[in-house]
Amino acid sequence: MKLTGAQILWESLVREGVTDVFGYPGGAILPAYDAMLDYPIRHVLVRHEQGATHMADGYARASGRVGVAIATSGPGATNMVTGIATAMLDSSPIVCITGQVGSRLIGSDAFQEIDITGITLPITKHNYLVTRADDVARAVREAFVIAKSGRPGPVLIDITKDAQQSSCEFDWDAAAPVVPGWRRVPDATAAAFEEAAALINAAERPVIFVGHGVMISGAMEPIQTLADRAHIPVAMTLLGIGGFPASHPLNIGMMGMHGEAWVNLAIQEADLLIACGMRFDDRVTGNLRTYAPNAKKIHIEIDPSEINKNVAVDVPLVGDLHDVLPRLLPLVAASDRAAWLRRIHDLKGDSAVRDIQSLPDEGHLYAAHVINDLWRATRETETIVVTDVGQHQMWEAQYYHHDVPRSLITSGGLGTMGFAVPAAIGAKRARPEADVWAVVGDGGFQMTMCELATAVQDSIDIKVAIINNGYLGMVRQWQEFFYERRYAATPLSGPDFVKLAEAFGIRGIAVSTRGDVLPAVAAARSHAGPVVIDFRVEQEDTVYPMVPAGADLHAMIRRPNPIVETGADV
Amino acid sequence: MHTFTVYVEDRPGVLNRVASLFRRRGFNIHSLAVGHSETPGVSRMTVVVQTDPGGAQRIKAHLYKLINVVRVEDITEVPSIVRDLALIKVSADAQSRPAILQLAEVFGARVVDVAPASLVIEMAGSEAKIDGLLDVLRPHGVLEMVRTGRVAMARGVGSRSNGAGPAAGPADAEADVSYSV
Repeated sequence: MKLTGAQILWESLVREGVTDVFGYPGGAILPAYDAMLDYPIRHVLVRHEQGATHMADGYARASGRVGVAIATSGPGATNMVTGIATAMLDSSPIVCITGQVGSRLIGSDAFQEIDITGITLPITKHNYLVTRADDVARAVREAFVIAKSGRPGPVLIDITKDAQQSSCEFDWDAAAPVVPGWRRVPDATAAAFEEAAALINAAERPVIFVGHGVMISGAMEPIQTLADRAHIPVAMTLLGIGGFPASHPLNIGMMGMHGEAWVNLAIQEADLLIACGMRFDDRVTGNLRTYAPNAKKIHIEIDPSEINKNVAVDVPLVGDLHDVLPRLLPLVAASDRAAWLRRIHDLKGDSAVRDIQSLPDEGHLYAAHVINDLWRATRETETIVVTDVGQHQMWEAQYYHHDVPRSLITSGGLGTMGFAVPAAIGAKRARPEADVWAVVGDGGFQMTMCELATAVQDSIDIKVAIINNGYLGMVRQWQEFFYERRYAATPLSGPDFVKLAEAFGIRGIAVSTRGDVLPAVAAARSHAGPVVIDFRVEQEDTVYPMVPAGADLHAMIRRPNPIVETGADV
Repeated sequence: MHTFTVYVEDRPGVLNRVASLFRRRGFNIHSLAVGHSETPGVSRMTVVVQTDPGGAQRIKAHLYKLINVVRVEDITEVPSIVRDLALIKVSADAQSRPAILQLAEVFGARVVDVAPASLVIEMAGSEAKIDGLLDVLRPHGVLEMVRTGRVAMARGVGSRSNGAGPAAGPADAEADVSYSV
């Protein structure tokens, strides 16, 4: 069967199970767009190619399937860079397809020619420059294998215009992936398992760490078995939230820079860390020299290059959690660890007093209250929350309690503002049966709010909660703590978000008191179609606790106690 | 210093991927030599990097994450033959020429070009030995020099690029590093 390269592209994508793509057409990708009409593909027309990559990313994280974004050469391709890097840092499987100028023009600085494979080399797992129709099918097949397997990540395929236009014989089977560098992850040795189990059985104060890898691997069940059997408290990284039920009594909460105080203190007191699918990021550890000084470390991780990268590990178990944990479990002895759990319970005591939840609202609308109310209103239904980056993101992690995996989607590693709205659109496409809320600051919202038009045009029903404090809040917080409150370039004005929503043809609601939060959320949920709620919250609110960058994990800035009711919550 | 031999697919851009990895991860390449290996389609690199054993382990793991990398060996501690090749152009007139020729002979180097005012000396050997030759030539005036950087091969039997080919299994995996795509 003779097909054009463009037809082979779609034929291959469809065979890989692709049903949805997010993209923006242009000159060098036109042959592919023309061929797309003949295939069962739902295309979402984005307003900016960065949005396409975040949508593919949101799609992938919500579903576990590979997300696909498509753009033209030159600026179309470079606009994808931020989204590709976001997916790389958070191990999200996406495949990006870009058009390229004709193969004879490569290297000539032709119109809209850019070396996108060169540009994306350090931010993709792998990339391809395809210059012949014969190579399209193999590139697509390999890209999907690479994006999904091991530690997932983004793959880019740059296809020249002539490779899309010319024809060749299409043979799916002959295009089977050839990846000489591919190797199965060898099993950890039996001795390593025994060593790990001995450490666990001997530990008096162990903590299990749940990272993003737990969800990627689908290892929620064995993690829970391990925790239950040995009564080991479980702490989560930001991206690990949802990997262990928030309502489980052994879940002690999030760790790190804005983690719960008792979690960070417990880590510093622990005698064993069992790190599962996480990478000891600096936002998690604080000062490495004083990090968990009494603890042995077991690191269960699929990427060998993460072992001993930041933290020296006593027993590495390299492999897929889903395979490793069932081999470890039979060796782990039951234990109640009552003293350790009591100790953590005591550590919680003073934090409860300092909690923002104990602040009387007295007319103020605190972001934490909004998020906690949003959780109360949506906890009974299948809901995905997609956050942006900043203060609201941390409050979401603290005050929205996630019981199931893939219910929180957030840009952790790269910290990409502007992520929430497009990623929410992608998530909704992947799981239309779920309610999808984008929780976003007024800063990040204004970076990618153009994608509201995408949601309208393609009838994608997302709800947007703007946590509007008129500041670039997290930066303002750093200025408050570390730059003598000199608020350089952080006060931020915005449009009237309700009118803006209406201009997009969707419903807008403004909320400025706590009593109006739940009714607004209810109104948004019962409204068919996208809704924007402008939550006008306290302007100078602060995320507590906070481990200053590079400081010791236990040296947290805590919410002052007793709370001083000044309006500005400091 | 750690010496790695790296087998890679012989494809456009692969050298860039390997070099970029060292740059991106903050490792300084001391020398890098690339050429064909005994297996068609597979190139062999010898990379010398200043790092500690932990860094060497991570370099290996990072290299394996590159899709086009077939096999990596850290041969720092393995009995190996290590060679550098240098071409050295020395200023030499009728008067100084005999002395320089004698030095070359002592070092087992060859003279490959003689011009009225200069000589080109070719020397293959360990880096230290070439450095030694350079030291004694320098007073005569070294006009130009080019060195290949270190190439290395473990002693004993066996070709090591046989990992090439589709989906090489774990049979040839080494115990200390594992691989994933």
